[in-house]
Amino acid sequence: MDDLVGDFIAETREGLEALDSELVRFEQHPDDPEILGNVFRLIHTIKGTCGFLGLTRLQTVAHAAENVLGAFRDGSLVVSTEAVSAVLETVDLIRSIIDALARTGAEPVGDDGRLIGRLEAVFAAPAAASAPPASLVERLGGDATLDAAAEILLARIAGEAALLALFEATDPDVFQGAVRDALCARARNGGPDLLADALRRCASAPLSEACLATVRRHLAEALASLDAAPEAVTALLSASAPPQNAAPHAAPPVAPPPATEAEAGAQTIRVNVDSLEHLMTVVSELVLIRNQLIQTLRAQPESPFAAPLNRLNQVTSELQEGVMTTRMQPIAGAWAKMPRLVRDLSRDLGKKIELVQHGQETELDRQVLELIKDPLTHMIRNAADHGLETPAERLAAGKPDAGRITLGARHEGGAIIIEVSDDGRGLSAARIRAKAVSSGIATPAQADAMSDAEALQLIFRAGFSTAAQVTAVSGRGVGMDVVRTNIERIGGAIELQSAEGTGTRFTIRIPLTLSIVQALIVECCGIRFAMPQSGVVELVSANDSSNRSIEYINGAAVLRLRDRLLPLISLQALLGLDPRESRRGDACIVVAEVGAFTFGVIVDRVFDTEEIVVKPVSGILRHLRIYSGATIVGDGSVIMILDFKGMAGEAGVDQVAAAVQSRQPALEAATGVREALLVFKTAHGAPKAARLASVARIEEVRLADVEIVDGRTVVQYRGGLMPIVGVDGANAQPSSDTRAHPLLVYAREDRHIGLLVDEIVDIVETHVEPSLSPNGAGSLGSLTVAGRATELVDIGHFWRRLFSEASAAHTAAPRARRLLVVDQSPFCTVLLKPLLARAGYDVTLCATPEDAVALHAAGDAFDLIMADISGHAAQAERLARAFRHAERWRDTPLVQLALAGTGGIDGADLVSAVNDTLQPVRGAA
Amino acid sequence: MTSATLPMDDGVRCGLVSVRVNGQAFGVPVLRVQDVIAPTPIDRVPLAPPEVAGSLNLRGRIVTAVDLRRRLGMPDRDTPHAAMSVIVERGGELYALLIDDVGDVLWLSQTEHEANPVTLAPAWRDLCDGLYRLDRELLLVLNVDRVLSLSSANIAA
Repeated sequence: MDDLVGDFIAETREGLEALDSELVRFEQHPDDPEILGNVFRLIHTIKGTCGFLGLTRLQTVAHAAENVLGAFRDGSLVVSTEAVSAVLETVDLIRSIIDALARTGAEPVGDDGRLIGRLEAVFAAPAAASAPPASLVERLGGDATLDAAAEILLARIAGEAALLALFEATDPDVFQGAVRDALCARARNGGPDLLADALRRCASAPLSEACLATVRRHLAEALASLDAAPEAVTALLSASAPPQNAAPHAAPPVAPPPATEAEAGAQTIRVNVDSLEHLMTVVSELVLIRNQLIQTLRAQPESPFAAPLNRLNQVTSELQEGVMTTRMQPIAGAWAKMPRLVRDLSRDLGKKIELVQHGQETELDRQVLELIKDPLTHMIRNAADHGLETPAERLAAGKPDAGRITLGARHEGGAIIIEVSDDGRGLSAARIRAKAVSSGIATPAQADAMSDAEALQLIFRAGFSTAAQVTAVSGRGVGMDVVRTNIERIGGAIELQSAEGTGTRFTIRIPLTLSIVQALIVECCGIRFAMPQSGVVELVSANDSSNRSIEYINGAAVLRLRDRLLPLISLQALLGLDPRESRRGDACIVVAEVGAFTFGVIVDRVFDTEEIVVKPVSGILRHLRIYSGATIVGDGSVIMILDFKGMAGEAGVDQVAAAVQSRQPALEAATGVREALLVFKTAHGAPKAARLASVARIEEVRLADVEIVDGRTVVQYRGGLMPIVGVDGANAQPSSDTRAHPLLVYAREDRHIGLLVDEIVDIVETHVEPSLSPNGAGSLGSLTVAGRATELVDIGHFWRRLFSEASAAHTAAPRARRLLVVDQSPFCTVLLKPLLARAGYDVTLCATPEDAVALHAAGDAFDLIMADISGHAAQAERLARAFRHAERWRDTPLVQLALAGTGGIDGADLVSAVNDTLQPVRGAA
Repeated sequence: MTSATLPMDDGVRCGLVSVRVNGQAFGVPVLRVQDVIAPTPIDRVPLAPPEVAGSLNLRGRIVTAVDLRRRLGMPDRDTPHAAMSVIVERGGELYALLIDDVGDVLWLSQTEHEANPVTLAPAWRDLCDGLYRLDRELLLVLNVDRVLSLSSANIAA
């Protein structure tokens, strides 16, 4: 439902609730101007808001009532019972419409013409205020008549065998009373068919429509014999709600059950948090017992307990969900103080700050809510103090003088995403680098080797502050590292995106609740463990038949998964378990993700996923970082919950990844693609690295097997001869050395070359900067890997050396071709650009043709221009007009991008549109 | 047992649950004992300190089992699964002290309490709060908190 509508409903309900008692007094003292004023104001507000929200039905009704109330107030209309009734009825109608609006999100359909007519009549003819028509009860002849009718009905039922069988079990007095009460209630208040309900309660068997009809007929005859007005009898006994003209006090079209109104004031109760916590603990244990029972049941499917146990299962789940819901609170609770905080900061800092909040209603666990309050406050302070510029600076930068901090929350999967962003100056990677160097967090060489994205991550390091000076608000350097620690403590993650000049955005992802999680149960060496499902990316089976097997590089296990090598952690080795108990050969690999870092965990078996209740690790085991908790599984055993982050830490595989927590693909595309590098040693001992993706295989070769043919060093490989070369450029010489040397095999079409290295050191994943300074043949430049300067090997150089220039020419890496893409769709930014960039193109993205022309003016030249003109001749024309002035781009081929299915515009249109400027090249993305 | 009618701890008498570990009698202060349970399956916790035998499920609560034989530097028992447990609480968490056998609750007069003999091995002196001389043997009083303070956990805390 729309937030505005939600607010309107809440507000109007509050108003109506407050008016409830006043309306009663209004009825008693219709001339009290104060009460009248209150009612008038409420109706007036409703009318105004409805018009704004487009709720026409409410607006019309409120308008008619407002006229009458206005006339009361002016004194131009005498307050009459009829008029007051009409107003009261209007209030009831508004209440019922609001209720329906809250339930369905839309105004219920209904005709208020009669009520409006009455209000208008009252308004238009103040003098001729007619006496109210007799009520339904009066027209029927009063309660006594109804009682008599019930008695006659009793007598008639006795005469009909079918009905008698149904009702003879009920005490006649009780029956008569029930029928009488139902009739009286209906006659007085209208509302749903109470008679049928009363009869159903009295009947010993389900009541058929036919029986109901018979009873109605008997009652109608009885009432007729008691001289009740015929149309009143029809109104009383109709199955649906009586038509409005039958009774002035008839219920509104969508009448709530009578109880609802009485309880409307008490929809919430305050519960002690401790009781809730206790309830949660008890439910957690119930869940465990349920799991045990279900496990037992699986072994005996024929058990007579099967049905009740399944029901117990369901009820437990519902109960668990219910209790979880009671612990849920809207995040607004954590935000409540933010507007005040921002106002004060704004005053203290002399900045104009606007706080925008959305998603306040997003609910999350109370416990989580408490834990994120402080980090959020800190981040808001940071945004206000460091993020936003002063009004003068903003105006100079062409921004509105008021800075904006946006606080947003939403559900995504089983997690809550909270975003804190500002439109301030953004983080300067250069300044962060300088600061990191000056505060000793990084050496100048390390800082230079960092990509911008990596540099930004430095703000999460302890003792880091970008604030030029310490202010009262922030800049003390106890900041984002604490925020990150707090968020990670509750299983969350924080990410950062920043563009200098346009702002900073922090994205926090936290789990909905901490106590019950989905977990994958795995086994290793006969011991079971739980792995939080949230960290599991996929499961891979690595056995001989699946064509995938675990490979070892210098003792480090890796798995070739699709186009990358996955570092593997053996759970058996990590936990120091006895390998003899392990069942190797058909191991499973759980691919897990910690921040930006992905790794595989080798386990023996993978069982089901199960909902587990997380219990804290006992105090004397808390030093084991590898466990995040313990739980009791179905069969009653206690198993430990593994913590991926702790595992990566213990195994030492996250050291490289720790610097780079960013998971933003867009950001990565902008700052160089993360690549896995194979780091190895040469004979001279200096580390070198090669792009892992380009390595086809890693073989081992003994120098004794090396032969010299036609002046080239070769080994026999796959039925052919493969030229090999030392990575330091020296030709490998055959010798009697029988030691096995690692050989990196590269393949191009059907040819292979081998690169002889001395020792493979590691596989690391890092950003490979596109702008590396090549320092000689065979090298693409240097970069820092794990703190050591490492030379990146240029494989193309070796291809050229080992094969003739001519044959290698078509494979030698040419100058990166420059592409200009004129499009701002997510398809382009997220998919196309990284794809093209990975394919070796230098891609420039422009949102509009005008931006593209600006690049032309700046002197840029491209090899190919791609433009999205799908479906819009106008877009094509705009492009053509813009490009008309792009003289130097005349000969640049243009490719039309069109999404399949949406259909690009007709080629002819395109041609005619751009004919005089460019020769279009038809193509499709 | 007539002593059951006595107040739990009147300052004069001290209630001890007598347990036997590798033939030696120990007393666990009765006020610390939540439960005494029969041998029950214990799930191993890899990487845990050697004194920690694992975790067990006590009516839906997770209890960490500490093997007193290992804690006291005694040889492992021949039948590893036949250990009884005395359940004690520390800091809101339950721990099971694995023992060989459990005896009566003894109510002993404070006046008979004696300090640790100076000749007691330092490792034991740390874990025991003195002793009582019974008719046939000596009963060492265990200090539950210190028994549960493993050195590795101290570092973490």
